[in-house]
Amino acid sequence: MEAIAQLIAAEMTPAELKNNAAAASAGYAYGLAAIGPGIGIGYLVGKSVEAMARQPEAAGMVRTTMFLGIAFTEALALIGFVVFILLKFA
Amino acid sequence: MIALDFPEINSILVWKDLFPSFNKIALIAVLAAVISITIFLLAVRQDHKEAPKGIRNFAEVIVEFIEDGVVMQTMGKEGLAWTPFLLTMFLFIYLCNVPGIIPFFQMPATARMAVPLFLALMVWVIYNVTGIKHQGVGGYLKSTLFPPGVPKALYILVTPIEFISAIIVRPFSLAVRLFANMMAGHILLVTFALLSEALFQAKDKILIPVGILPFFMLVFLTSFEVLVAFLQAYIFAMLTAVYIGGATHPEH
Repeated sequence: MEAIAQLIAAEMTPAELKNNAAAASAGYAYGLAAIGPGIGIGYLVGKSVEAMARQPEAAGMVRTTMFLGIAFTEALALIGFVVFILLKFA
Repeated sequence: MIALDFPEINSILVWKDLFPSFNKIALIAVLAAVISITIFLLAVRQDHKEAPKGIRNFAEVIVEFIEDGVVMQTMGKEGLAWTPFLLTMFLFIYLCNVPGIIPFFQMPATARMAVPLFLALMVWVIYNVTGIKHQGVGGYLKSTLFPPGVPKALYILVTPIEFISAIIVRPFSLAVRLFANMMAGHILLVTFALLSEALFQAKDKILIPVGILPFFMLVFLTSFEVLVAFLQAYIFAMLTAVYIGGATHPEH
């Protein structure tokens, strides 16, 4: 593995190497950041639908709280997206 | 194979100055302010004793939406004095978001960090000042940093967390949420528009019908952005109301 890496490194200028590493880690950064919020939002909305089905008269309140919860959970994924942009383009 | 060259990020986000220090982002922000002011100035000119018609209907729908959907849900009756502020925030952010899908504008003003950052800092100052005004400096710090109902020994752990979440994370997440949502939508639209253009103009004739697929995706995403533009403005107003409500009435 190391021999191949050295071979590749010999072919590229440092700037290219840095760009490639940045592009690869940008992909990982966003992919990893999306796992947790994905599970979280799924769980959150699922439970909210359960609550709305059980008590339709409380649907308005549940929906408001659900949007707030989504906003907080989603922020984590969005920070991952910002890291992606910073790694890829900055 | 087709190779798709994604344009430099600056070429899709940074706009030429229309005249010195005034670019498209500033134009959209100014238009958003002017349009929202005009709607309410026109609405208020009508006689309020008659049945509302025309633009006044529209204005009343927005006000009622903020009152019922944002203020009553989070702050209750005593928060109704905050309606004008939340209404301004909601309308300005919505009108800044919506140009992302309007032809020839094609750029949400909130996809530049300056606009959401300034709005979030404004909200930060306002809820801190409100909290200090209602509870005094000591009372406000006590209710935010030392939440009641926690065992004394745990304050070593709880106080730093509360400090970071109330002072640093809140404005940061408020700004980043709005910015990243609009930016992500903008980049998605650019990606699919470029992909369908590249496929429609491909040298290989067999690729041309395939271009229909990203084009459908583009249409779908455009309608999705209508929803996102509204939802982000709503969530921003809602979180502002929650923070202000939390600062005026500490949890017992």
